[in-house]
Amino acid sequence: MLGSENRNRRRRNIQKVAFGILWATATLNLLALVGFLLFIAVNGISAINWEFLSEMPRNAMTEGGILPTILGTLYLSLGAILVAFPIGVGTAIYLNEFARDGFWVRMIRQGVVNLAGVPSVVYGLFGLAFFVIIMKLGVSIIAGSLTLAAFILPLVIGSAEEALRAVPRNMRLASLALGATRWQTIYRVVLPPALPSMLTGLILGISRAAGETAPIMFTAAVFSTAKLPTSIFDEVMAMPYHIYVLATSGTNIEETRHLQYGTALLLLLIVVVLNLFAILLRNRLQKRYKSST
Amino acid sequence: MNTESTMNMQTSLPQTDKMTVSATTALPQTGDRLSMENETIKIQVNDLKLYYGNDQALKGIDMVIPERKVTAFIGPSGCGKSTLLRCFNRMNDLVDICRITGEVLIGGKNIYDRDVDVAELRRNVGMVFQKPNPFPKTIYENVAYGLRLQGVRSKRVLDEVVEQSLRSAALWDEVKDRLHDNAFGMSGGQQQRLVIARAIAIQPQVLLLDEPASALDPISTLKIEELINDLKDEYTIVIVTHNMQQAARVSDYTAFMYMGELIEFGDTNTLFTNPGRKQTEDYITGRYG
Repeated sequence: MLGSENRNRRRRNIQKVAFGILWATATLNLLALVGFLLFIAVNGISAINWEFLSEMPRNAMTEGGILPTILGTLYLSLGAILVAFPIGVGTAIYLNEFARDGFWVRMIRQGVVNLAGVPSVVYGLFGLAFFVIIMKLGVSIIAGSLTLAAFILPLVIGSAEEALRAVPRNMRLASLALGATRWQTIYRVVLPPALPSMLTGLILGISRAAGETAPIMFTAAVFSTAKLPTSIFDEVMAMPYHIYVLATSGTNIEETRHLQYGTALLLLLIVVVLNLFAILLRNRLQKRYKSST
Repeated sequence: MNTESTMNMQTSLPQTDKMTVSATTALPQTGDRLSMENETIKIQVNDLKLYYGNDQALKGIDMVIPERKVTAFIGPSGCGKSTLLRCFNRMNDLVDICRITGEVLIGGKNIYDRDVDVAELRRNVGMVFQKPNPFPKTIYENVAYGLRLQGVRSKRVLDEVVEQSLRSAALWDEVKDRLHDNAFGMSGGQQQRLVIARAIAIQPQVLLLDEPASALDPISTLKIEELINDLKDEYTIVIVTHNMQQAARVSDYTAFMYMGELIEFGDTNTLFTNPGRKQTEDYITGRYG
């Protein structure tokens, strides 16, 4: 009896230690995130004011605002999603609803998986070679958007496929059994409940595109522009590239430090707000389609 | 053989005679006991074989299904009764590895002919599944769905058909005040009657019921059975059921299947009281299955 008492205590202690370690590893994530955010916020908050948001840079980037980088990032992200969303959703619908499993479909799927694993700088070089040079688009919003679109395509396809798979098969059967064509079934029964998750994917795609540097550094972004872009064939400034340039090769790295932090903080805020918006939108739309089943 | 519109079965007598003959000759078990002289034949199955990959699920089925009667398919799990049912509206087409030979004539037309529009076929041959599967839409929109597919827009027509279909499905009084509520808020039994209303809203000629009551409580089951009884004046109904009492209660004819073969087919009374085959007798007396 006593022996087993000891053994039980030992087992309980081992459990305590194990849980303690697991708790620590999990908490470390939170600490890293909070620490990181606090660091950026504390250093960057002083730079953010109305002038920072609304004016052109002045005096070799050491003063003034970052308006062109904000607009540039906005244009690039929107352009990317305008291209990637229809292609991604189309691909997902084809793979999930129309295609019969076979060589062709497996190739496409494998391609998408591999695409997701390609480093972002490779996209940048591809964009430079293909969009900028071969297609003669030059360093421009459109070249950058297309490159970013290719970059976020796997993400959009993935979230769209997931959304389609979440629609129960018996909904499709019910529709087909009522004499619907496959397209009518997709359009009327599958897409409406899948839309919320797809939109979530879309917004996550935007925020992903907004934060990327490598795909745009050869294709769209430049260190400085004299004026705001007026066409999709103009080159632009962009927030992530701006941070990179100020921090590595600016005219006066130390003097622009607070602007670097300010830009980083603003970029973070934009991404966080977009993600929050995605979550709220999804929850709201889901309520419309889901009740007790 | 007359192979045009699916509606002219009743008038084409020679065809009916021919089918009756083939019914008594092709069917292995019935001998003189299956009398279909007074019936119009709606569906005729000729040497239907179905394979899932290398597995043969139906081994050459020959049968006839009379119009405006209830025909029940019974048999142990995996005997092929649901598979056979799904051949009648070509739902098996959706299974990639499924392969079919033979013929299924509905109203004299082989539905596996190349020129058959599958969507149009399914409009004429409705189906109700085992688990209620309403759309995540309102009650009204569920019933109106089939009409909207056909391009019906008129609110007056839709209103009328929705009401009529819900009345036919004995559901109108329960839902008339909440037509625009989500169908997921209904009970399982109500959902299943809604699905039946949805199926009959487009006035199919044939209604296939795949174990329509197996997921329901006894009272809902009773309601579904009463409903089937009401509907058979207008529709040719084929029902798959695990429940032999149910088959005995609702059907006019019963087919007993086993291992992908049609073992016995006869009028329900005879089949249950005086089965012609040993296997049938064993099954209905509960010796296996």
